[in-house]
Amino acid sequence: MNAPAEAGMTGYEEGTSLWQDAWVRLRRNRLAVAGGIALALITLLCVFAPLLLPYGYEQQDLVLGAAPPSWQHWLGTDVFGRDLLTRILYGGRISLLVGVIATGVALIIGVTWGAVAGYAGGRVDAFMMRFVDIVYALPFMIFVVLLMVVFGRNLLLLFLVIGAVEWLTMARIVRAQVQGLKQQEFVEAAVSLGLPRWAIIRRHLIPNAVGPVIVYTTLTIPAVMLLEAFISFLGLGVQPPASSWGSLISDGVETMEEYPWLLIYPGLALSVTLFALNFLGDGLRDALDVRSSKD
Amino acid sequence: MWRFIALRLLQAIPVLLIVITVTFFLVRFAPGGPFSGEKAVIPEVKAALEAQYRLDQPLFSQYLAYLSDLAHGNFGPSFKYPGRSVNELIAAGFPATFELGLYALLIAVVLGMGAGILAALRPNTWSDYLPMSAAMIGICMPTLLLGPLLVLVFGLHLDWLPVSGWGNVPGDKLLPSLTLGAAYAAYVARLTRGGMLEVLSQDYIRTARAKGLPERTVILKHALRGGVIPVVAFLGPAFAGLLSGSFVVESVFQVPGLGRFFVQAAFNRDYTMILGSTIFFATLIVLFNLLSDVLAAWLNPRLRADLGGRR
Repeated sequence: MNAPAEAGMTGYEEGTSLWQDAWVRLRRNRLAVAGGIALALITLLCVFAPLLLPYGYEQQDLVLGAAPPSWQHWLGTDVFGRDLLTRILYGGRISLLVGVIATGVALIIGVTWGAVAGYAGGRVDAFMMRFVDIVYALPFMIFVVLLMVVFGRNLLLLFLVIGAVEWLTMARIVRAQVQGLKQQEFVEAAVSLGLPRWAIIRRHLIPNAVGPVIVYTTLTIPAVMLLEAFISFLGLGVQPPASSWGSLISDGVETMEEYPWLLIYPGLALSVTLFALNFLGDGLRDALDVRSSKD
Repeated sequence: MWRFIALRLLQAIPVLLIVITVTFFLVRFAPGGPFSGEKAVIPEVKAALEAQYRLDQPLFSQYLAYLSDLAHGNFGPSFKYPGRSVNELIAAGFPATFELGLYALLIAVVLGMGAGILAALRPNTWSDYLPMSAAMIGICMPTLLLGPLLVLVFGLHLDWLPVSGWGNVPGDKLLPSLTLGAAYAAYVARLTRGGMLEVLSQDYIRTARAKGLPERTVILKHALRGGVIPVVAFLGPAFAGLLSGSFVVESVFQVPGLGRFFVQAAFNRDYTMILGSTIFFATLIVLFNLLSDVLAAWLNPRLRADLGGRR
């Protein structure tokens, strides 16, 4: 925030803000830093895949067929002679996109729901959180499968559906935050000083609730990607010729005895990404000092 | 205690009703009828079939009839397998799924709690880092990858264990159960470690030690009771996850369970089967959540004090 100006006015020594503190702590966590770097690298590779790779993503070489890794094809080729590295990077674009979009959907629903419940309190709160409890108890996977069956295997729908089942933890966390903050002395002080409501929300509530939201967003992305991989693995998600890491693994399983690299490299891509996201999320949780509430 | 259980059971009824209603109408609005795949059905046959599945009636009376069937424990006939009822299909698939889930849960609890206690006894040493790193791997390694990899290593390369099937050859239940249980063992380990660390710093543990009780008794009798509460609370939701996870495990290892039937039903658009198994799963999960809540309340006197109240 604009800490320096305020500190100068009151004449206090300039302190480090929460974010500077957190940044220092995060940088000291080697696993989290490694996770962050790995993630950035994977994302960049996937995004710029079309510029980096000499092969097309559907470009077949039926004469070559499934070949083990070589100088021409670093990670080998699949049964149609398609370059595996190319397919993994293109698949990664879908997997990562699902992660980001579905998490975004979950974020919007969860934060809104939790903030309204926490701010309103009383009966509205009880009703809204009871609803979350109920939905929490339901088998998500079944509903995702059900919705995919009912509405057809549409990629955009997959994003929305996954997002629509992953917002619950976020709602609980935001509600707990808002509820707790409302009773804090500094908020009471701000109220008694006559600060307008929007100023209280902007200056006090949002900055204080944003830490846990960031942490759980980072931890929701791997959960979402895993769910997409599940669905695609079962053949209900991404449809060929498009691919995601889940569907590549699913294809790899079919021929894993003869061509194990078709299973191992897509699997590696997925698990390294999940590792990186989890390490980064844990690091952020420690850095921002978010207590792990029930999740 | 009984009041609490009765209250939670009563709360479960509207939950299930909502699930049934939403699923029923979702499935009814799905494109493509159950017989659209069949070629040129004679109108009389079609009418007879529609009458059999009550598709000739208005939607709302279909819904009421379905509710009344459910109340009698009848899930109706399958769309895809004429002559077989959804009840029969569930009865055929459920034992394998339940057994698989039970073994996986057992592996998760035994392995996870062991690792968690070990880690909590000497935090920030190798006996903490090693099990916790293993837990991290367990969490990040998705079932859909772990299963095939285990098959590749133990089934195909080492040729130690059968790669598929369920109950045909000795040892064929081990890999599926391990695959399904691994991730939950990892979560349980983390929860146990956290719970134990918190409990071990409490005054009553110091009192127990000061009384001169052997460390074994302190850990296993005094600390564990408080330390496992988060684990017990996790078991309800974990069971739901186990059921979903078993979809993948069943399809990797060709286990003839309900998960595979469900996925097949989804492919075949066998609507009554989808509907029936969704309701069946939801009921199971609601019951399991109830069980885990009751168990957690029984373990935690503070929770017992405000039983029946809202959390």
